[in-house]
Amino acid sequence: MSEPLLNIVGVSRHFGGVHALSDVTLDVVAGEVHALIGPNGAGKTTLIHQISGAQMPDAGRIEFSGADITRLSMHARVAAGVARSWQITNIFGRLSALDNVALAVQGRQRDWGSSFRFWAPVDAEQPIIDEAAAWLAEVGLAGRESTLAGSLAHGEQRQLELALALATKPQLLLLDEPMAGMGPEESERVVELIEHLGRRVSILLVEHDMDAVFRLADRISVLVSGRLVFTGIPDEVRAHPEVRRAYLGDVDA
Amino acid sequence: MGGALYRQSAQRRWAALALLAGLTVLPLLLQAVGHEFYVSFVSRLLIFALAATSLNFVVGFGGMIAFGHAAFFGAGAYTVAILMENGISSALVAWPLAIAVAALLALGIGLVSLRTRGVYFIMITLAFAQMIYYLFISLKAWGGDDGLSLASRSTLGSLPLSNDAVFYWVVLACLAATLLLLDRITHARFGRVLQAIRENESRMEALGYPVHSYKLLCFVIGGALAGLAGALIANHGQLASPSLLQWTQSGTLLVMVIVGGVGALYGGVVGAATLLLLEEVLSHFTHHWHAALGLALLFVVFRAPHGIAPWFHRRFSRSKKNEAPRE
Repeated sequence: MSEPLLNIVGVSRHFGGVHALSDVTLDVVAGEVHALIGPNGAGKTTLIHQISGAQMPDAGRIEFSGADITRLSMHARVAAGVARSWQITNIFGRLSALDNVALAVQGRQRDWGSSFRFWAPVDAEQPIIDEAAAWLAEVGLAGRESTLAGSLAHGEQRQLELALALATKPQLLLLDEPMAGMGPEESERVVELIEHLGRRVSILLVEHDMDAVFRLADRISVLVSGRLVFTGIPDEVRAHPEVRRAYLGDVDA
Repeated sequence: MGGALYRQSAQRRWAALALLAGLTVLPLLLQAVGHEFYVSFVSRLLIFALAATSLNFVVGFGGMIAFGHAAFFGAGAYTVAILMENGISSALVAWPLAIAVAALLALGIGLVSLRTRGVYFIMITLAFAQMIYYLFISLKAWGGDDGLSLASRSTLGSLPLSNDAVFYWVVLACLAATLLLLDRITHARFGRVLQAIRENESRMEALGYPVHSYKLLCFVIGGALAGLAGALIANHGQLASPSLLQWTQSGTLLVMVIVGGVGALYGGVVGAATLLLLEEVLSHFTHHWHAALGLALLFVVFRAPHGIAPWFHRRFSRSKKNEAPRE
């Protein structure tokens, strides 16, 4: 395998006496879809928080593209190429779908320059608007540009959430249950989108839909009670006795 | 198709120009009817409109409920007065310095205060402003309780600022320039970022924006413009009074913003005009004019909860829509 893009070494995080993460070591290689599964409360979202910079680990190290990002702020990590989606939809409800994505596009300082600009009207920046529309089309929201994000259907808001993360043009995408609350048709579209993205972007995917996980993932890691139990290719994970007992047991029974 | 966060209609621009033209000829009209006294009153109103507008930028566009804006207003006033005390009376030197001092003060206060949010932010900005107030009333060299009076108004080239009408036009130009600047800012990249931060701060951080820097700069711009208003108010009454720094001054400015319309471009102007006109008119009839002011505030809260400027705007556009079929 190639050099890992993301390297998590011995990361721990506790809240009071609760050990949400204990000594987790994990890597994501370039171009890989790496799924993270585990029962509720296993620490999956907490791990996403440590990688995205929403929280800082108590111990351990996080490296991205060879650089230590353990103490970097969230916005600096986004600039470095790490983007995330949320388990609970996190968008700008009172802005149009297009304006939502335009903000994400405009935020890419390396492409568009600083947003500390005070005079020229941003509405006239056609390239930003065009790119935002293209991202909306990519996630299946063509024709919904001028709809207020807060008025979109739940599944559409999840799609918009994905568009926001994608428009930052990340190298690594952290997806926290992207299919949560979606109907089968919308889920299928997101699975296809992730399959398609998987060739361009590395993805760390937290998802409860096991069909989607086994279809998409190149490797799967299993997290139970804050500890990494196992990492392997899907067939190994299916066969692993401890994993079956800890997590898949109730599925196969 | 466009990323239309705000859409400025040509109609609105014409209304603004018409208002500006009306205000420009106002001193001549007042002179013609023999009420020159009101030129000074309207100057004061426009200066407060500028101060309230600067606070509205912080509160309405930046989403930061700052309760210490008097610090920057007063700092601008005292800068002009102290410079004049030391023989520097040129507006071209003193006014930019007043803006710079207020901006630096806002930078310092903002750096500390923006670590907090919500009620704590309100309290810490209030605390800083009160510290500066008590500092100035204890400094006898700069007038203490009495404030520091100016020997004359600032000098601005060959313009006779001592003439109330000329001073009025300079004040009007400052206010118009500020409104133009803030209108451009709110429609530019920076303004779009500010609006989105107000909407969802954590999401903006996750899109790669250093949210703290944007809020701090917004706070500093608001402080700097309040410094300009302070420089003007010191010139207006030829006095830098500690009451300009007091927390009640911050409160008055905040009430102006809320009455006029939080986040509306003209909110500060409408709020300042409403409060000062009510005070001017009602105080002719009764010493208890605050009671009537209270009733007026109740009206605003219940009938126009977003402030008078947006209420007026909605009424205006609704009646336009109703007229459309008849045309």
